[in-house]
Amino acid sequence: MPFPCILTLEDGSTFIGEGIGAEKVAIGEIVFNTSMTGYQEIITDPSYCKQIITFTHPHIGNTGINSEDNESDQIYAEGIVIRNYISEPSNFRSEENLHEFLKRHNSIGICGIDTRRLTIILREKGALKACISPLSENNEEASISLARKFDGLEGMDLAKEVSTKDTYSWNEGVWPEHKSSNSDLHVIAYDYGIKKNILRLLTEHVGKVTVVNAKCDIDEVLGMKPDGIFLSNGPGDPEPCEYAIKNIKMALNKKIPIFGICLGHQLLALAGGAKTEKMKFGHHGANHPVQSLTTKEVLITSQNHGFAVNKDSLPNNIEISHISLFDKSIQGISFKDKPAFSFQGHPEASPGPQDIVGLFKQFKEMINKNAKKK
Amino acid sequence: MPKRNDIKSVMIIGAGPIIIGQACEFDYSGAQACKALKEEGYRVILVNSNPATIMTDPLLADATYIEPIHWESVAKIIEKERPDVLLPTMGGQTGLNTALSLAKEGVLKKYNVELIGASREAIDKAEDRQLFDETMKKINLETPQSGIAHSMEDALKVQKEIGFPCIIRPSFTLGGSGGGVAYNIEEFKTICEKGLDLSPTNELLIDESLLGWKEYEMEVVRDKNDNCIIICSIENFDPMGVHTGDSITIAPAQTLTDKEFQIMRNASFKILREIGVETGGSNVQFAINPADGRMVVIEMNPRVSRSSALASKATGFPIAKVAALLSIGYTLDELKNDITSGLTPASFEPSIDYIVTKIPKFAFEKFPQAEPRLSTQMKSVGEVMSIGSNFQESLQKAICSMEDDKCGLEKIIDDEEEIHEKLGFELTFPGPERLFYIADAFRCGWSLEKIFNLTSIDPWFLRQIEDLIKEENIIKGSKLEKLSKRDFFRLKAKGFSDQRIANLLNEDYEKIRSARKSHNIVPSYKRVDTCAAEFKTSTCYMYSTYEGNCESNPTKKKKILVLGSGPNRIGQGIEFDYCCVHASLAMQEEGFESIMVNCNPETVSTDYDVSNRLYFEPITSEKILDIIDLEKPDGVIIQFGGQTPLKLSNDLENYGVNILGTEPDAIDRSEDRKRFQEIINKLNLLQPKNATVSSLHEALEKSDEIGFPIVVRPSYVLGGRAMELVNNKDELGIYISDAVQASNERPILLDHYLNNAIEVDVDVVSDGKEIMIGGILQHIEQAGIHSGDSACSLPPYSLNKEVIEELEIQSKKLAKELNVIGLMNVQFAIKNNEVYILEVNPRASRTVPFISKCIGNSLVKVAAKTMVGKSLSELKFSNALPQNKFFVKEAVLPFDKFPNVDPILGPEMKSTGEVMGIGRNFGEAYGKAQKAANKILRRKGKIFISVKEGDKKYLDKIVKSVISFGFEIIATKGTAEYIKNLGFEVEEINKVAEGRPHIVDALLNDQVCLVINTTQGRQSIKDSASIRQTALRKKILCTTTMFGADALVKALENREEDWEFSSLQEIN
Repeated sequence: MPFPCILTLEDGSTFIGEGIGAEKVAIGEIVFNTSMTGYQEIITDPSYCKQIITFTHPHIGNTGINSEDNESDQIYAEGIVIRNYISEPSNFRSEENLHEFLKRHNSIGICGIDTRRLTIILREKGALKACISPLSENNEEASISLARKFDGLEGMDLAKEVSTKDTYSWNEGVWPEHKSSNSDLHVIAYDYGIKKNILRLLTEHVGKVTVVNAKCDIDEVLGMKPDGIFLSNGPGDPEPCEYAIKNIKMALNKKIPIFGICLGHQLLALAGGAKTEKMKFGHHGANHPVQSLTTKEVLITSQNHGFAVNKDSLPNNIEISHISLFDKSIQGISFKDKPAFSFQGHPEASPGPQDIVGLFKQFKEMINKNAKKK
Repeated sequence: MPKRNDIKSVMIIGAGPIIIGQACEFDYSGAQACKALKEEGYRVILVNSNPATIMTDPLLADATYIEPIHWESVAKIIEKERPDVLLPTMGGQTGLNTALSLAKEGVLKKYNVELIGASREAIDKAEDRQLFDETMKKINLETPQSGIAHSMEDALKVQKEIGFPCIIRPSFTLGGSGGGVAYNIEEFKTICEKGLDLSPTNELLIDESLLGWKEYEMEVVRDKNDNCIIICSIENFDPMGVHTGDSITIAPAQTLTDKEFQIMRNASFKILREIGVETGGSNVQFAINPADGRMVVIEMNPRVSRSSALASKATGFPIAKVAALLSIGYTLDELKNDITSGLTPASFEPSIDYIVTKIPKFAFEKFPQAEPRLSTQMKSVGEVMSIGSNFQESLQKAICSMEDDKCGLEKIIDDEEEIHEKLGFELTFPGPERLFYIADAFRCGWSLEKIFNLTSIDPWFLRQIEDLIKEENIIKGSKLEKLSKRDFFRLKAKGFSDQRIANLLNEDYEKIRSARKSHNIVPSYKRVDTCAAEFKTSTCYMYSTYEGNCESNPTKKKKILVLGSGPNRIGQGIEFDYCCVHASLAMQEEGFESIMVNCNPETVSTDYDVSNRLYFEPITSEKILDIIDLEKPDGVIIQFGGQTPLKLSNDLENYGVNILGTEPDAIDRSEDRKRFQEIINKLNLLQPKNATVSSLHEALEKSDEIGFPIVVRPSYVLGGRAMELVNNKDELGIYISDAVQASNERPILLDHYLNNAIEVDVDVVSDGKEIMIGGILQHIEQAGIHSGDSACSLPPYSLNKEVIEELEIQSKKLAKELNVIGLMNVQFAIKNNEVYILEVNPRASRTVPFISKCIGNSLVKVAAKTMVGKSLSELKFSNALPQNKFFVKEAVLPFDKFPNVDPILGPEMKSTGEVMGIGRNFGEAYGKAQKAANKILRRKGKIFISVKEGDKKYLDKIVKSVISFGFEIIATKGTAEYIKNLGFEVEEINKVAEGRPHIVDALLNDQVCLVINTTQGRQSIKDSASIRQTALRKKILCTTTMFGADALVKALENREEDWEFSSLQEIN
């Protein structure tokens, strides 16, 4: 049953609504996502750790939850904000409703919120600290102060928190066939908060995958004789992840083919000597146009990041391969002198358009080319 | 890459007249394309036969040809204008087909004209069913299984492959008649047998049945660098089986997971690429089996379409404009998204944070013989769109926009006894009001599962309707005093109109409104911005909702509110949108901020860049007063939107709103019989004898005084709804007891019918002091045929000077008496040089755009400006017509969509659109108008004549002429004898009742090229209906009036090869 619930922002804005899922207090950075489909993928994406997601789409819950579309084994979003919640889904794959799913994973949602008003606040003020609380636990004042107490994501290393404890192998391709790979290539994926669809696409397009912890020493990784190293997406600020940057630097020096996505892209840039910065409200949506500077192609991409690589900080050996047509920010880089490239958005989509899925093939080609050189 | 510099001129083909399936959305797309290409500096050459469009305004193109859209005519224009390229994708199916014909006939090659937007191959691949299926197979996409059969043997073979149920469609039958769904072999054989017989080519198309599958549409745009974007996904409320144009549709799609959505998105791009649509907008339709997600491709349109207009309005992304710019070389990343003030490029996918609902509007009441059931053939004549924060609000706003006298999900079953039977039928066999039967089913306690089983409508939608009914039941059990602020907020957020709440509480609407406002529950307005608020917008495209903060930010400028004309319907169509757009533009020219309110997504008026501010809202008292509360306009214009805004005049006046122009009381004075008669008497004018009656008894009594024939109709209707001509007391009796229940509240009007009188329309513009004639239009068909359905000529082609002067004098007298400021239309009948007044309407009429095109001057703009104080002399208005030109307007009728309806003209308006013919003489203009209306006048063969007694006197002249042109005559007995006696050769033929072979056989055997058939009286009309129906089916031109026949003779005097083509810019 829905319960009275409150959403507060650090600027004092208050929204009253009804809670769904677990009756708990959620504190984090609040962002908005403009995707019109794929709420299940979004809330299970580890990159949303410590974030509260505002969905701009007016109805959420329509298609329920199914066991095929999760991007990880849990809900990483700290909480979600919805305008109209649909409790009785309609889709042939649906297995449970969103409320049950949230409850099972101890996450909270607030619905009945003017998400457009909220989005405009976030657009104008940038991502804010926020709190969702059942009204039975905190009143407005208490809730605002809880929001303000949140440390913020800047300087926060969350990758190590969401990363896998144990090394595991993955050999399952994309939905719906889930074909395993026959390729002899072996990719090591650093898990900074990896999404399952990345693993599926690596399997589909490159080869067998071994997933390792974010802090796994590069020597150990090299010992596994990888044909390529993948740097995953993930939550939080890239700068404090010094362990990762160090490992990547070494991999670069060894000229092992590297492909990074999102946080992995930012870490690769940092390892190459560039700098990153916090964006005002980031990119969160499935309609972002990105242009390839080599082919001039425009690709509609899925995006979810609050930090970006600073344009002016790029050293000479790194070139920009893609830019955002929304704000001209860096969307992709490649090393001129090393087999390494990365992308800021999400070529694995899930949710969102699959226009730039070709990057996975590009990774494979890079690996093959590199092998010939040897 | 920037635009092409190797081309200088672009030809655009419009969609022609408004017909069912091809409406004013193509004015919207064509107007956008013209504007965009002209701004880019190209010479734009436009061909469109429809004078009521914005796109044919002379300012929108460099050379505007209002000419028949047939390849022969367009070829002449190409020869004259020598365009570099032809853009065929803006004019619907007509545009594509004409371009294809021009290509096939070698015209494009001969004059070296390049097709842009879509190639001939691409059009073929998309349009040819078999090619399309093959193409889809090539890219591993499924289409419904299907086969073609020419015999029962073939049919059985095909059926075996497809299984049951399957759909059988005979080829080339009128309105797709003779087809059906077979669930077993017996049904299958019966339908096939009938179908093979009915099809003139003995051909059956047998398709796998997808009945009950979910239907989706994707609007796609592609540029020449192969960048593809989805503008909008649309989900149909009505599952497969109902034409998407007749379905309620929702945007964006609601019941797809991301995985399923992306499959559809990828498939859409693949299809565009494989079909080869190089640039521009396309639409792809999919069906999905709700049980397992299996997806099949239904069809794709390689052009902008009705749904791209909807998608443009739903998202704020101007598809037609962008498509036009892409066709001349731009790429998506080079174009800006106007709505975010260029902050973002056009190469993105709109994200919307509201729900859009479209509901189609039907006109079955106009065609009582037609079965009001929806099928795969489109029958709706218009549509409304609404925007809400959630589906419920969006749906209920859409219902209010329909102007069907419904202010919510009203109960429509009165008869409690047969309710379950009726519901079962209505839910299973969708009609235009299925939505309301669903609501009634919930009211009756039917379960969602039961309703789903009968309708296959996704439970997602059904559940929300169920919730609304639950909510209604709560209100019903409550009292106004008990409704708290929270209750009001909840109800308004779910889209309940004040009127609906009032009805449920059995309270007065005013009371609900003031109670709501006393709780401070007022709408907030949100902006349509293409990006779900991610970027700031300065575009004032807004919708109302009931949450949070208002983004409207009204200005302090002097401002005028223009009320639009709502959904298209028969009797009120694109002409009124034309008027509203011009009124808005005129206000801007006069320095006002113009604010538009309308709810029709097909229109130019709902383009966000036409007015300074646009509210996409139902045109109801509640919504308009809410906007007035917020905007506080200096004046409101209600004269130009047809009956829609006029209906609100009382509410607006009572609210103290400043209504510009003629005072609303003038409308009452001209519509109220008694008050109008006072004017007629005062001015000493003539009117056919008439009476207003409220019972059968009274009617019969008055009929003696008035004298037969009599035109009967209910009071206060537009477009002559339920109007009929009766010849004696029996027919009058039948009309009153059958057709219309007379009462004191709903009296019936009787008018003496002036036999064979000439009807004339006069449009007048007045600034309150000076009164000028806009134009005098002589009708071709006699008085008694609805003015909207008859052809007419400007200038009059057979009236003498004295009569014309008299018409001018009388019109001016009336305008003066009614204190007209703005426009007024008068309908006259002329008999024996006596002038009778039929009707006066102190507002814009449907002839205004036509006249504006003729005189080269916007009558609406002039009228609108007089309403804010400009004088006609200041405006330098001139009504002068070009020398030696005739302009003929012809009506276009939808009979081919309603196979059981008798295609005969009468006092009730049935046309959906109009065309214009321009000529050096009346005959040339009339001939062109016929051709433009797709009435093909064959030059050789036999003319069949069968006319009523009173019309025989005209035969001498007509027969003499046609025989001199080389035609032969066949006629039924009476007519044949008359012709023989005149001394002409004539072949006699049986009437249908007289035994075979009869006239229908002759028609079926292609022995006749023209039918002249006039009848009188219910019985003989009924007897001769099969002649007209067969002629229609065989596309044989058929005229049902002698005046029409006479005009055809004049047309025949001009050879088509000699037609002259001049652009409006050359003429004026």
